[in-house]
Amino acid sequence: MKYILMAYVNEGAWPKMTKAEQEQGAAAYMAYGEALQKAGALVGSNRLRPTSSATTVRIADGKSQVLDGPYVDSKEQLGGYFLIDVPDLDAAISWASRCPAAAHGAVEVRPIWEM
Amino acid sequence: MNSREGDEQARTTAEAVARRSYGKLIAFLAARTGDVAAAEDALSEAFAAALADWPRKGSPASPEAWLLTVARRKIIDSYRGQRRHEVAGEELQVLTEGLGAAAIAAEAPNQIPDQRLALMFVCSHPAIEPGIRAPLILQVILGLDAKAIASAFLTSPAAMSKRLVRAKEKIRQAGIPFRVPEREELPSRLDAVLDAVYAAFAEGWTDPAGTDVARRDLTEEAMFLAQLVTELLPEEPEALGLLALMLHAEARRRARRGASGEYVPLAEQDLALWDLRMIDEAEALLRRASALGVIGRYQLEGALQSAHVDRYRTGRTNWAEVVRLYDALFALSGSPVVAINRALAVAELQGASAALNAMPDVSTDARLAEYQPYWAARAELLVKTGSNEEARRAYEIAIGLERDPAVRRFLQKRQSALASVAEGE
Repeated sequence: MKYILMAYVNEGAWPKMTKAEQEQGAAAYMAYGEALQKAGALVGSNRLRPTSSATTVRIADGKSQVLDGPYVDSKEQLGGYFLIDVPDLDAAISWASRCPAAAHGAVEVRPIWEM
Repeated sequence: MNSREGDEQARTTAEAVARRSYGKLIAFLAARTGDVAAAEDALSEAFAAALADWPRKGSPASPEAWLLTVARRKIIDSYRGQRRHEVAGEELQVLTEGLGAAAIAAEAPNQIPDQRLALMFVCSHPAIEPGIRAPLILQVILGLDAKAIASAFLTSPAAMSKRLVRAKEKIRQAGIPFRVPEREELPSRLDAVLDAVYAAFAEGWTDPAGTDVARRDLTEEAMFLAQLVTELLPEEPEALGLLALMLHAEARRRARRGASGEYVPLAEQDLALWDLRMIDEAEALLRRASALGVIGRYQLEGALQSAHVDRYRTGRTNWAEVVRLYDALFALSGSPVVAINRALAVAELQGASAALNAMPDVSTDARLAEYQPYWAARAELLVKTGSNEEARRAYEIAIGLERDPAVRRFLQKRQSALASVAEGE
């Protein structure tokens, strides 16, 4: 089954980290991605730019509304995702628990709706 | 045989199969499709088909195999039909192959693998909301309907039904695996199963007189489930501890009510009404559990029951031992409920003032304000310290919070006894 692991982290913490800390943090995500790939579980992954770069669009009364900022303002923000293919929810949870974001934020696991 | 006798016999056979094998058949079908609701629907259609078919053709040699074959066909048909938009062709093939095993099992019905335990682990998976785990297990393993479950858990049938449907959807869509967890995660996952079984038992226990049939049944069903877990996992000390705890509570059921239905506290119970066979069984389970060398919540609670029973049977006081057991239990659970019971045991050892100091503080845990045993325990202790006015108020709150009329009457009696003492002074 395919699952998306959505990494929610406090994006405000990143700029405050020292260069060495940032490198260490990025390396942890790289290693995680590699481990997923080695296990044959990785379908795709991406890191997202901060929510300050987000734009939210919706149609109301037939007119499109475009707003600066993310859809939800929350303490932690969606910072990236891993799309994985594993046998079941337990395997997905086990990968989610290894994601560095699980330690400094939270990882939401959602099954993909296969068409 | 005339047709009425045939109907009667078919129904009797079907009921016997349902009692004996319902959970086993659901577990077998659901494990192969990941879809509990579809397994329930298919099996219920298979039972309906049996009631139409068996009177005419006679009951089959293996009713389980017959039901499994029909249910399997129903599942495949329903996937081919209404759910086509959701199930890809490849997935349907996997399903059909998985259910092919059902056809093989049908030829050797005694070898239908028992996957009820795996299904119980599915129902109490951490991804399932804790409050719905016990109702879910009662429904899928035992076949209880949402109405009966709702009445036992004091919610509306519609709300209970909706939550059960949602939980089954979650199992299917999220891909929760049907298996008994590996060694390293077994203890924590088993705790969730045991907690769900105990929740079912506790709901049944809120009607100790057994006047409400739905609830009374629930304690028996929960004991059946605990028995099942100990049979399938005979080396798990906490499962043994839970069954022992339930047996101890059940053994004293008859003694907890007087001739006119009044509540009888442990200290005033007639020992002749205790079920000694159940008590012996509980004791044997606790010995088996303790030989396995890993202590846990249910073993400690079972041991406490055992200590109370032993005190009344031998007349030998053992309050120091009881307090030690509560200490261990409190260290594990940190529960204010444990702290209350511990305080009552402290009262026996060191007096009521010490016990009042040992009581948890309602100002640090707001839940206690709505917890009847907290106020009843406080009242008892206040009486012993001579603080009658405070005791009267504590009784008042306890009475207001109690939902069992027999216990309410018991508390009222205690309260009014207090008033007459006060007047006599």
